[in-house]
Amino acid sequence: MKPVEDKKPTREVRVVSRVLAVNERMAEQNRRRFAEKGVFVINVMSSPGSGKTTTLQKTLERLMPEVRAAVIVGDVSTTHDADRLAVTGAPVVQVNTDAFGGDCHLAAHVIEKAADDIDLEAVELLIVENVGNLVCPAEFDIGEDARVVVLSVTEGEDKPVKYPTMFRTCDAAILNKIDLLPHLDYDKAQAVAYIRQVNPAMPVFEISARTGAGIEAWIAWLREKIRTKLKVEG
Amino acid sequence: MGIALQIIDIAAASIPPDLRSARVERVNLKIGKLSAVVADSLRFCFDIASKDTPLAGAELAIEETPVVARCKDCDARWTIAEPVFTCQACNSGALEILSGRELDIVSIEIAEEGGNEAGGG
Repeated sequence: MKPVEDKKPTREVRVVSRVLAVNERMAEQNRRRFAEKGVFVINVMSSPGSGKTTTLQKTLERLMPEVRAAVIVGDVSTTHDADRLAVTGAPVVQVNTDAFGGDCHLAAHVIEKAADDIDLEAVELLIVENVGNLVCPAEFDIGEDARVVVLSVTEGEDKPVKYPTMFRTCDAAILNKIDLLPHLDYDKAQAVAYIRQVNPAMPVFEISARTGAGIEAWIAWLREKIRTKLKVEG
Repeated sequence: MGIALQIIDIAAASIPPDLRSARVERVNLKIGKLSAVVADSLRFCFDIASKDTPLAGAELAIEETPVVARCKDCDARWTIAEPVFTCQACNSGALEILSGRELDIVSIEIAEEGGNEAGGG
């Protein structure tokens, strides 16, 4: 009988550090830089296929040229999304994370580098389209002013409770593809209830990026956010 | 994967100079239940990314911390087990998350060689 644990003797060295301390410092640096230049930054996240790119395309069409906007698009590979967004006339910087180890999210240092390719003096709104993923991007601050999560009615209603960290850390949710509701068994009320369960104060915009339904409320929210920041920084 | 790489960087930098050649047996982490980290995926990435580093072969010991919230309206405190973020006492949605978002390296454990073979000098 030898209930003693077979552990090798070890010497413990205290570390006590936040794993993402480096990213957090870099994000703060980005935030200061964007504030100095008077740029409002939104970090747009979602699972793949929720309609992020189409939503942003329609958003840019409505905001520009009145609001001067630029976009950073993150994908593991390809420039398809950047090509689609470039049609709007906004400057678009594509980041392929396979150059950074195929990461499933954009980290603050990647944004810092991508922002070098944008004339920040000429821009009031910087939209960051993150890599399609509801897990890791939630953990990586990039120096944004607001976070938005896009969800579509072709996904499960319970996404918000499956990925609570994402929905807790976001400032607004877009529920996309509502034009498809007549063809689906999707319980929209349940989906919104789940969002409220995780983040009771979060505004939810029900839209169809394809038809344009509901998109004005989202645009109004975004305009107000941009105006508030730019006013504060005068 | 980005998180695994950060852990390796921080842990490798924390190895005391006199123990550079010793084996790191364990990395002790504290990870909140409300962090976007899946323990199994993290271990998988860590094992791949730590090859050819001083952390190769080390075990990730993960202590999960529960999500504890405080209601800003009535000051109630409780542990959130299900993803429901409204106050149990007064139904308010204004919560402060006291813990559960941790993603910290607490310590590393380095193998002690059996005898006292250092000491020469």
